[in-house]
Amino acid sequence: MSSVEKRIGFALLVAVIYLGNAASCIAEPLDHSHSTRPPARSLSRDRLEWPALSDVKRTLLLRDYNTRIVAIGTTMLGAAAGIVGVFMLLRKRSLIGDVVSHSTWPGIAIAFLVMERIKTDGGKWLPGLLVGALLAGVAGILCTKLILRYTRIKEDAALAIVLSVFFGAGMSLFKAVQYIPSGSQAGLNHFILGKTASMVSADVWIIGEASLAILIVIGLLFKEFSLLSFDDKFASSQGWPVFRLDLSLMLLVAGVTVIGLQSVGLLLVVAMLITPAAAARFWSDRLGRTTAIAACLGGSGAFCGVLLSAMFPRLAAGPVIVLTGALFFIISLFLGVRRGVIVRIVTHRRLKTAVGRQHILRALFEYLEPHCDPAAPMSSQLVNHIVSANELLPMRSWTLKRLRHLLRTAEKSNFIAVVREGGYRMTNRGAELAHRVVRNHRLWELYLIEHADIAPSHVDRDADDIEHLLAADIVESLERLLSERYPHMTVPPSPHAIDSAPGSTIRQSTS
Amino acid sequence: MNSPATLNSIDSTRRSAAGRYVVATLSLGACLALAMLLRKALNVCGWDAYDTWTVVTAALAAMACSLPGVFLVMRRQSMMGDALAHTTLPGIVVAFLLAHSLQQAGWISSATYDSWRHAAMFIGALVIGVVSAVLTEWVQKLGRVEASAALGVVFTTLFAVGLLLIRLKADQVHIDPDCVLYGIIETTVMDTVPNTQIPRAAVVNGLVLLANLLLVTLFFKELRISAFDAAISTTMGINSHAMHYALMAVTAATLVSAFESVGSILVIAMLIAPAATAHLLTDRLDRLIAISLAVAALSAFLGHLSAITLPSIVFTRLGYPEVVDTSTAGMMAVAAGGLFTIAAMFGPRYGVISKVLDQARLSRSIIAEDILGLLYRMEEESDATALALNQLTAMIGTRTWPTYLAARGLAASGDVAVRGSSYELSPPGRERAKRLVRAHRLWESYMAKHFDLPADHLHESAARVEHFLGAELREELAAELEDTAEDPHGREIPPEQG
Repeated sequence: MSSVEKRIGFALLVAVIYLGNAASCIAEPLDHSHSTRPPARSLSRDRLEWPALSDVKRTLLLRDYNTRIVAIGTTMLGAAAGIVGVFMLLRKRSLIGDVVSHSTWPGIAIAFLVMERIKTDGGKWLPGLLVGALLAGVAGILCTKLILRYTRIKEDAALAIVLSVFFGAGMSLFKAVQYIPSGSQAGLNHFILGKTASMVSADVWIIGEASLAILIVIGLLFKEFSLLSFDDKFASSQGWPVFRLDLSLMLLVAGVTVIGLQSVGLLLVVAMLITPAAAARFWSDRLGRTTAIAACLGGSGAFCGVLLSAMFPRLAAGPVIVLTGALFFIISLFLGVRRGVIVRIVTHRRLKTAVGRQHILRALFEYLEPHCDPAAPMSSQLVNHIVSANELLPMRSWTLKRLRHLLRTAEKSNFIAVVREGGYRMTNRGAELAHRVVRNHRLWELYLIEHADIAPSHVDRDADDIEHLLAADIVESLERLLSERYPHMTVPPSPHAIDSAPGSTIRQSTS
Repeated sequence: MNSPATLNSIDSTRRSAAGRYVVATLSLGACLALAMLLRKALNVCGWDAYDTWTVVTAALAAMACSLPGVFLVMRRQSMMGDALAHTTLPGIVVAFLLAHSLQQAGWISSATYDSWRHAAMFIGALVIGVVSAVLTEWVQKLGRVEASAALGVVFTTLFAVGLLLIRLKADQVHIDPDCVLYGIIETTVMDTVPNTQIPRAAVVNGLVLLANLLLVTLFFKELRISAFDAAISTTMGINSHAMHYALMAVTAATLVSAFESVGSILVIAMLIAPAATAHLLTDRLDRLIAISLAVAALSAFLGHLSAITLPSIVFTRLGYPEVVDTSTAGMMAVAAGGLFTIAAMFGPRYGVISKVLDQARLSRSIIAEDILGLLYRMEEESDATALALNQLTAMIGTRTWPTYLAARGLAASGDVAVRGSSYELSPPGRERAKRLVRAHRLWESYMAKHFDLPADHLHESAARVEHFLGAELREELAAELEDTAEDPHGREIPPEQG
């Protein structure tokens, strides 16, 4: 396992180098008051001002330097958050991001105080504030883990307590800091609701580099993280350092949260972790693809959000980014090709139709079976008989209405043919399918009797559910069993008596 | 096997009636002393009527919140409380917008506008509570999304909607998002009922507390069953879905009444922390409710006290004498967290320290019994009846220090006699050791007879079980084995008496 540890170490090293680099590129404290945005006009305050066409063009083409860098930085953040979020979602820990983001608050205030002590007026230095936030976020996670480990409190309550107590501590510190003249001007409250619009290029550099570092770490540890997300017990039984991996994943969550504080604020940053990941799950079942999709959704959501808020100065970027993500989520929920609602409804209906068709064909088959000569080939005999709906009614517990409906659908897809009013006959195609379905049904019944030790009178119902789903390899192995038992028959005899209306008559087709 | 039951019965006899009396007297004395100290302390830090009303308002709000919180914690839906605390924001905003447009349309006169706004706020909160619960369930069922992720998607989206609405309609809703989020108890206390000193917020929170108490007493049975086992409550004809939505609505209404004083994020602390603290202290629902009410009130008091005293102490040391106080709501959350930590550490039954102590006590008594058994076997086999401490340690396989403690304990209770630096059995100790060895060998014989284990696999199990076989079980084992006189290794099973 030393190679894994080496990789974790390497990944952390990369992260440290990047963060250090990000810190060093800002030699002096930032001036946050600098902003290229014009102040919001106070006339017609309750109306969204539509931007002029030239403004829209300017924004969309990213001509504005500030918009451009903010859009790039936030997009990278969205992509990183989407990827980390997938792992959190799979580990069913989505809400831990909420705990981290709320826990960062006291860290920011303490970092401010510490830096203010070191150097007068040095408290606004952003990398320092972010490191404080990161440490506090990690402390929040550790507190949650401690509560879960040593008390009887369940996860939900542990999360809620840590979240609110840390936030409370942050509030108290924040209020105290407000009394300090430099503290009230430091703009610390921007961290709560975000301030994307007034970010400057140095802020964006930090976000961009930190996101890149997170992406690299995830790329290096992708295999380990996927193992951890799917089956951590298996991973630990195989000797993987699960605890350390878990901790590094948590660090990544804390990292994403902390760099997201600036753009969306600590109350909403959790949405960037949860929403794209949850939306991506509708599009794919494969982890690699899901992460890629989550990165795209997160990135493009953030990008659109930034552009929208650049066009409409009254829309704050944080909520807009969250709402764009929510819109993507709703679209994915319905249109997602793997688990989307529409796809699921369609496959469900298709299966239902197939099941109904197979039911009707099996009913026909079993109704006609006693009248056929077992020596002659079955399919040619099946197509020669005419049956009415009333005769089929006792074969299953179905209503006449449902039966008529099934007959009509089966006729439309050419499995049965209407001979005259109320008389049905199987087509060749139908006979073939009926043959297969009954065969599956009886094979499964045989299997249940043989291996699951179920009484012959009870197997019909169970086989009824599964016959439509039997895969080819199972059928094959069942067939082997069958050929040992009934060497000459293509459809085994039913192991139980088949109920049908007594004294029914079979008419030979005239054709 | 009823060995745990045996241990429990020992435990319960230890807590005798006399002990309880002593504890009650001591705690009463402690309370009195504390009250006197408190009065002095309060006088020192300049406590006045304003502070008292702040604490009363905050305590009422916190107590009102802790009632639905108990059921959220029991149903493991605490994060639903967190979500509701966020989603009340759009609820309030939409309700205010509606009230505003009604006033614009002339349906509401300006005189009654304020009370309409309050009513609208409550209704908005009730609706948003149910809406968030329903939406979460939809996302969960429709998209088969994992529950906590569904919750996360829904509440962040609704919260974002609320924030944007505030931005866009600021002049119509008159809400400062800061005041919704962090609470402004310091100013709400100034807003009093005409001609009295009672803050309006205290009245509102008191009424909500009363309503919640009433609901809890009326539906105690239903709430209890559905909190502990939703499936059973459904079979008993209690619609657990309806209970869930009702709980969500009540929680949201309580939150909205409390957010003015505590702030919507810190309300979560008042919702969950007292209930979780009580959960660490008791298993009975009625006591749980009582304790969480007390914890809520206490954290309100401690929170305000520390908000007006702590900052000046701490920050003056740090070199910022200008800091005089801090947010009461924030410190209330911190105080609730502190109380939770104390309960987690020192809780009599589930606390970390009591667990550690129990563990230590158990392992000490096991080592002591091992010493007795060892000495007895030595007497059986050889003439060397006394063993030195290092010999005992080596043969039992523990460290020196626990063995020494256990041996001193045995010497004090008269079970072993100390001769120089070695220990040997005294007559009462020999009796005890005999019973222990009897248990050990009976168990070995029983295992050999019924489980068909080879002789070299018996000792391990017996060495663990011997400490938990009481007189009754030994008797049953002996009856089961009829008259086996020797264990599978061919050693004699000592008789119970004599």
